[in-house]
Amino acid sequence: MFKVFKYSLFDQTRSKWIYLYTLFFFLVSYAMLYLNNDLMSGLTNLLNISLLICPLVSIIFGTMYFYNSREFTDLLLAQPIKRTTILLGQYFGLSSSLSLAYLLGNLIPFILYGVIVSDIFISFIMLLIAVVSLTFIFSGFAIMISLITDNRIKGFGFSIFLWLFMTFIYDGIFLLTLFLFSDYPMEIFSISVTMLNPVDLARILIMLKLDITSMLGYTGAVFNKFFGSETGIMISSITLIFWLFMPVILSMKIGKRKDF
Amino acid sequence: MLEIRNISKSYGKLKVLESVDMTFNDSGIYSILGPNGSGKTTLIKTILGMVIPDKGEIFFDGIKINWTYNYRSKISYLPQIANFPDNLTGRELISMIKDIRNSNLNEEYLINLFDLKNHLDKNMKHLSGGTKQKLNVVLALMFDTPIIILDEPTAGLDPVALISFKKLIKELKKRGKIIILTTHIINLVEEITDKIIFLLEGNIYFKGNIRELLEKTEENNLEEAIAKILKENGNV
Amino acid sequence: MNLCKYIKLFVLLILFSQLQSKTLTVGQNQMFSDLKTAVKIAVDYDTIIVFSGYYKLNKLNINKPLTILGKNNPILDATNKSELIVINSDSVTLKGFTLQNIPNNFTEDWAAIRLNKSRYCLIEDNHIYNSFFGIYLNRSLNCMIKHNKIIGKAKKEFDAGNAIHLWYSDNALIENNYAGKHRDGIYLEFTKNSRIVFNTSENNLRYGLHFMFCDNNVYKKNIFRFNGAGVAVMFSKNVNMHSNVFSDNIGSSSYGLLLKDIVDSKITKNIIKNNTIGIHADGASRCFIKNNEFSKNGWAIRILGSSVNDTIFENNFFSNSFDISTNSTFNKNYYINNYWSKYTGYDLDKDGIGDIPYRPVKLFSYITANSKESLILLRSFFVTLIEFAESISPIFTPQNLIDNYPLMNPVKCWK
Repeated sequence: MFKVFKYSLFDQTRSKWIYLYTLFFFLVSYAMLYLNNDLMSGLTNLLNISLLICPLVSIIFGTMYFYNSREFTDLLLAQPIKRTTILLGQYFGLSSSLSLAYLLGNLIPFILYGVIVSDIFISFIMLLIAVVSLTFIFSGFAIMISLITDNRIKGFGFSIFLWLFMTFIYDGIFLLTLFLFSDYPMEIFSISVTMLNPVDLARILIMLKLDITSMLGYTGAVFNKFFGSETGIMISSITLIFWLFMPVILSMKIGKRKDF
Repeated sequence: MLEIRNISKSYGKLKVLESVDMTFNDSGIYSILGPNGSGKTTLIKTILGMVIPDKGEIFFDGIKINWTYNYRSKISYLPQIANFPDNLTGRELISMIKDIRNSNLNEEYLINLFDLKNHLDKNMKHLSGGTKQKLNVVLALMFDTPIIILDEPTAGLDPVALISFKKLIKELKKRGKIIILTTHIINLVEEITDKIIFLLEGNIYFKGNIRELLEKTEENNLEEAIAKILKENGNV
Repeated sequence: MNLCKYIKLFVLLILFSQLQSKTLTVGQNQMFSDLKTAVKIAVDYDTIIVFSGYYKLNKLNINKPLTILGKNNPILDATNKSELIVINSDSVTLKGFTLQNIPNNFTEDWAAIRLNKSRYCLIEDNHIYNSFFGIYLNRSLNCMIKHNKIIGKAKKEFDAGNAIHLWYSDNALIENNYAGKHRDGIYLEFTKNSRIVFNTSENNLRYGLHFMFCDNNVYKKNIFRFNGAGVAVMFSKNVNMHSNVFSDNIGSSSYGLLLKDIVDSKITKNIIKNNTIGIHADGASRCFIKNNEFSKNGWAIRILGSSVNDTIFENNFFSNSFDISTNSTFNKNYYINNYWSKYTGYDLDKDGIGDIPYRPVKLFSYITANSKESLILLRSFFVTLIEFAESISPIFTPQNLIDNYPLMNPVKCWK
């Protein structure tokens, strides 16, 4: 796996799209910090943009990458190595390069603005962890989609829909449900629904370190327990790890039975 | 050496291979012929484990190899379409495949043969289709394996490269290799093939050498023989 | 003529020696071994010096003007049996003691130091530990409470007293005290014209500062933090709150500063940070909220419809989850020239004022008011999107609650 991963990473890290991605976040971070001149505001703005852009880029760029490298994958499949080895290698190559690009783009401006010695350093690290996780999860979705269908147009359609669903439609339905059933206790429901969507989950993880604690008490006892103690971080982290594995394991399952 | 037993494969309702049996024991050049959709590529990919058959078994040196992968170190494969990662160089691709195969053959001979030396340090996205196809051949044939599978090997090769390629194939045959190829180029078949396997709608319609095929179809040359088969079976 | 002068001087000297008070000492190998006897013997305006040591003491009434000084911090221990010092006279000074272990008594509100109708008293440099009430002023005017450290034992709100408690005690000066682990840190009721400055009040179960019916008071440079419900100020007018810190009050009914029926008051240069609700204004009218820094609060200001004619001017709002929220669809207050860290406008004419107005009330704060659980969607893309739509054409949020001249850069004036 490492061999495939290595060359896949070589390939990716020389891609102009990856450079563009790095540059984008460098400029965004820098602009946020420059305009606000405040790490905390810079961080919250970056959070909003990252939660939107990173899943989108991961899934679209990922689907594109897996479709484009299809013939090369065929060539690799004829070599004396396991299928899953090839697929995992490519998956890690893609997600690692995207993650590196994201980290590099944001770390430089934030370090220049002194995030390491600031009181939001932990929040910042949490943001990076959460967004990198999202990158891995959505790269996983990308490889899964490319394995499910050989029809590129269909694949891109799925990708965009999945992104739209997870970042937008899901929360809309969620909010609507909360309104419709506002007479009922919805706290456990809310937490569960949040856990079921990796984008929401990543957001909550950052917010646990960022500012949701200041809103504590406004809500009910279950929220208080969840957000006010380590329980929240524990449950969210465990669920996030589950999400990290889920698309990859599914992809491997599909990949094993697939006819190339 | 390589034996296919009772292989069936269908994609949905479309039956691509139906109980195909095939044995490759002697060295020589085997051409798999057939109209589009007759199952040529599927057959090759089944041998390589890229397509998983619904039914049937494949044996390599008497050992069943379905779901395994180590046997592939004994097979070289030239895929139909040459498309490589955009940002890797030829040299890197060669060393990657060598890495994976854990094998250290001298590829210099092939590189010289196809005159690739000047292109090896360029990123793939800067190479022409023909150059990529030459690299494809190098990648496929740089290992010393008993079986060589070539899927439409001549597509995209310029005449000079084609001559070199034929020369190479003949040489490999001389070295006692089993070479399995699919092609549409009848000339190539006539020129180098020892045995023809003609697939039609997932079945083996004919197996034998060119002379036998001509006898069977009562035609004078291969091209007409094939045309006749296709016509008789409503494929034209 | 000269003789006349000397006679006058002589008479004055005699008078002076008559006025001069005595000094009594208490301690081992001193004039008295216990404070109670010394107080009994002493006459008006005497000074009693208590030397360092441990003294068990039951309720001690002080009924004459005395100066009682502790030398090297003597300990007066009520051993959980009674209250400790009860002052019933004007002009008493109590300085330099450690007072401890006063049990709960709900009928009499036992305190370490209680003043009953005593004027011109000074309570200074005392440490009070493990006491029901700390310093309790009952109808005691013109008193000073300085440099005391009062740390209680409160565990539950219903069986705890206040650290500094003033009842009808006008013209007080409460300065440089530390109040912690009581029910309320500083509690004032019907106490006018007082100054509460440089105090720290933290870790109290209920309020760090709590006052009602206390007009014309000044609160300056105090720190109120980590209190159960923050600071609550009610039913008062002409209050001046200046340069205080209200921080880290987190909970369901927890406020940096709760204003209830506060009129004609000034809230300036305060730092209001890390609270669930920074300022909760219910019936706060004609107030002037200027040069405050609101940062990292859940809600920086929650202003109810009952608050009118308030001016929110030149404040800094940094990274609050919500800047302003309200329960009313009409706005009757003025928001102008504030710095909002969430402002995304531009300043083409470079005058430091954003060219497009800012709407500090977000749709999402309206949503969370209707469905508390929706808070879990804070900062989600969907919410950002509907907020954007709302900001273009407000339907649910007050249309005229708007800062027409938002600042491009934070106001710099309280550092």
